[in-house]
Amino acid sequence: MKQFRIALIYLILIIPSTLYALDIKEQKLDNGLKVLIVEKHKAPVATFQVWYRTGSRDEPAGKSGLSHLLEHMMFKGTSRYGPSVLSKIIQKSGGTDNAYTTQDYTVYLELFSSDRITLPIDLEADRMQNLTLDPKEMFSERSVVMEERRLRYEDDPQNSLFEEVEAAAYKVHPYQRPVIGWMSDLKSIERDDLYNYYKTHYSPSNAVIVIVGDVKADQIIEHIKILFGDIPPGPLRKNINFSEPEQRGERRVLLRREAELPYLLVAYHAPSFPHEDSYALDVLSLILSGGKSSRLYTSLVYEKKIALDVDSDYDGFNREPYLFFLDATASPGSDIKDVENTLYAEIEKIKKEPPSEREIQKAKNQIEASFIMEQDSIYLEAIKYGIFEMLGDWGLIDRYLEGIRKVTREDIVKVANRYLKEDNRTVGILIPTKEVKSEK
Amino acid sequence: MNSKQFKKHLIFLLLLLFTVSCLLTPNAYAFNVKRTALQNGLVVLHSEEHSLPIVMVTLLVKASQLNESKDKAGLANLTAELLLEGTKHRKSTDISEEIEFLGASLDASNSRDYITISLSVLKKDMSKGFELFSDILLNPTFPQHEIERKKELIKGSLKQSEENPSFIAERAFRKEVFGKHPYGRLTEGSAETIDTIKREDLIKFYSDHFLPNNSILSIVGDLTEDELNTFIKRYLDDWKKADLPPRSATGLEEKKTKRVVKIDKDLTQATIILGHIGISRDNPDYYAVSIMNYIFGGGGFSSRLMQSIRDEMGLAYDVDSSFSLNKEKGLFQVEVQTKNDSAELVISEVLKQMERIRKEHVSDEDLSDAKSYLTGSFPRRLDTNRKIADFLAFVEFYNLGLDYIEKYPGYINSITKEDILKVARKYLDPENYVLVVVANQKKAALTY
Repeated sequence: MKQFRIALIYLILIIPSTLYALDIKEQKLDNGLKVLIVEKHKAPVATFQVWYRTGSRDEPAGKSGLSHLLEHMMFKGTSRYGPSVLSKIIQKSGGTDNAYTTQDYTVYLELFSSDRITLPIDLEADRMQNLTLDPKEMFSERSVVMEERRLRYEDDPQNSLFEEVEAAAYKVHPYQRPVIGWMSDLKSIERDDLYNYYKTHYSPSNAVIVIVGDVKADQIIEHIKILFGDIPPGPLRKNINFSEPEQRGERRVLLRREAELPYLLVAYHAPSFPHEDSYALDVLSLILSGGKSSRLYTSLVYEKKIALDVDSDYDGFNREPYLFFLDATASPGSDIKDVENTLYAEIEKIKKEPPSEREIQKAKNQIEASFIMEQDSIYLEAIKYGIFEMLGDWGLIDRYLEGIRKVTREDIVKVANRYLKEDNRTVGILIPTKEVKSEK
Repeated sequence: MNSKQFKKHLIFLLLLLFTVSCLLTPNAYAFNVKRTALQNGLVVLHSEEHSLPIVMVTLLVKASQLNESKDKAGLANLTAELLLEGTKHRKSTDISEEIEFLGASLDASNSRDYITISLSVLKKDMSKGFELFSDILLNPTFPQHEIERKKELIKGSLKQSEENPSFIAERAFRKEVFGKHPYGRLTEGSAETIDTIKREDLIKFYSDHFLPNNSILSIVGDLTEDELNTFIKRYLDDWKKADLPPRSATGLEEKKTKRVVKIDKDLTQATIILGHIGISRDNPDYYAVSIMNYIFGGGGFSSRLMQSIRDEMGLAYDVDSSFSLNKEKGLFQVEVQTKNDSAELVISEVLKQMERIRKEHVSDEDLSDAKSYLTGSFPRRLDTNRKIADFLAFVEFYNLGLDYIEKYPGYINSITKEDILKVARKYLDPENYVLVVVANQKKAALTY
């Protein structure tokens, strides 16, 4: 996610000065569906994306993984098209499609030669309302998701630790559970669970369409009206705002399993955009780990050689307050305790003494350049608008810009003291146990 | 000085492939590429693209593990990695600080056939960026303490990679398929071979191979021809041509036997790789093989392996087959992960599908869908300046000709069902293959 974040910030810093003005065409249909279109005629390609404002935070208790399983089922056929034909139709037009689920939203996306852009519009309108959810397909796809879970989490030591830390950091908020779902929850998901969730959350009034590329906005909006305009808006949804009580004391989780090297993951509760501290936290994250010349890399990897890699990750774009992460893999032979202590020493340093002007400027330059470079890709650009839409409105980008511009050296010290403190952190440590046998 | 002007009209390609009955008229997609061979032997490929103030540079050096000895495996990789760790003018930390201050990126990386140095920089910082780029290319000093530090990092990261079952499986698979051929080793080498590499080995590898007459420079972005010529004159003028060392043969011994490697780990899934020697990039059957592989296992959700093993049987999240593109014969491999106790079933399904595509003609529909995808996805595969810069260097390296984009649909569309059957029989072998399974072997209980 880091790349996106960097890009996002700079949408912001640049637009008014050096870049061309962004020409975003926006329209809201009567059924509540919002459409954003940006014309880009550099290459004969376009991306079509449907963003639903629903993710794992909206799942009922005991049904974790429901949003993600539904995302999989969206490829398994409608009353018009049989299972798995959607992707085939798209591929034979030279396009590609994919989807992903997060805690707060779910995205379906297609990339196409722009002369074929009407095809995904048709397919997405169809599966917004006519999904089959065949029980047999559901059972098969549920086992596919279980394989995905084994691949990404069960057999990946560092990702397993991530799940442990997230679960320990939250006791109330649904951010506690993994997007892919716990294995036992996955087993309990039935066809009716999916159907009810689909009918509640998948509707025009809960979705945004983002299109970027070599298209003509006026023509395409007419086509969208024809295909999406008659879909009913969907039920009123209760907007539950979860609130996690303040953490009052460090939490520690240990994970012992087969692995090669110890690994440390520290998570601090932190506010989300547009909280006034979110901008300084973003800049702080880059000062700590934005490249080989950053503070953490220089100290832990280059000078002390106790870590193979070190990173910080702050994603202020969750709907509710999420986490500021620090993580490091120990070098062979070094003690994870040393890694942890050195990491905290760097944090203490920045709490006492403001970073230099050059450090702040470097972070800002990095953000600016990445933003411009990412405009090279229509796909990433569309995702940026989608993320801000999920937070309320793509126009929030301006507000974000203002916030980043105002970040000072003192702000960095202030947010480091406010959030990166012992009582507010959950610490996870992976302790390798190992036994490898081989036969031929 | 020999200079040629090429013009590509992708619009032509689009009209050829699609019926133009859609809502939108496709806009003309044309990019000019100018190819110049300089007097020092450097081939320069340049495409101007002024819609964004960015410049993407790729320098490809024709040196890789194919040019290193077995006991110094990892030499090409370590040489590339150390370019950024000290020059006549800068320390390692200065290089990273200066490039990161620009918000630019400068990296050296290493593939099986070549080394690349990539610079991505804003137009306004192009002069500084190009100066840094030329400094690491022309003046690396390979400081001893940086060599030691980098060796430890590479060895550490190799160790950490062993947490990844796919890494373990692929390493074992390559070793078994290629034997002593360089492709059988990791490009990083191993902890043992890395330790044998000395500073003088790095200096020699660098001075033998990092020559203009052994390199391709590709530049795409907001830069005019005059600006480019000024940069080349200012920063690369000292780069002198020299004779290349003779390359020792990298003989490949192809074993025609079935071999099974089982690696036991405490995992919930079995990682399975099944395959054998494939083809080289310059094999005339490459296009028929591309289509055959798309239908068999390379075509994502449209492939037979994905349809049967994921969609119908629900036994895997992903399954995929590939032929790697290399200067010399590469790999054919199927890779899939499934829970331990399904491993046996999945392996038999893979073999069944291999036999099927060798026995029966593919359907007209399968063939035309594959052709539509391979030709129709071309514009999308070249939709950023970075992708175009890398693509141009790749086209030059593999001698595909700068009219490749225009010719590609013709190559693909000329393939028949008979061609597919022929290459399936010639290049897929369901009897004599290498099978690697990393799993909890007790639970997998394989009969292979």
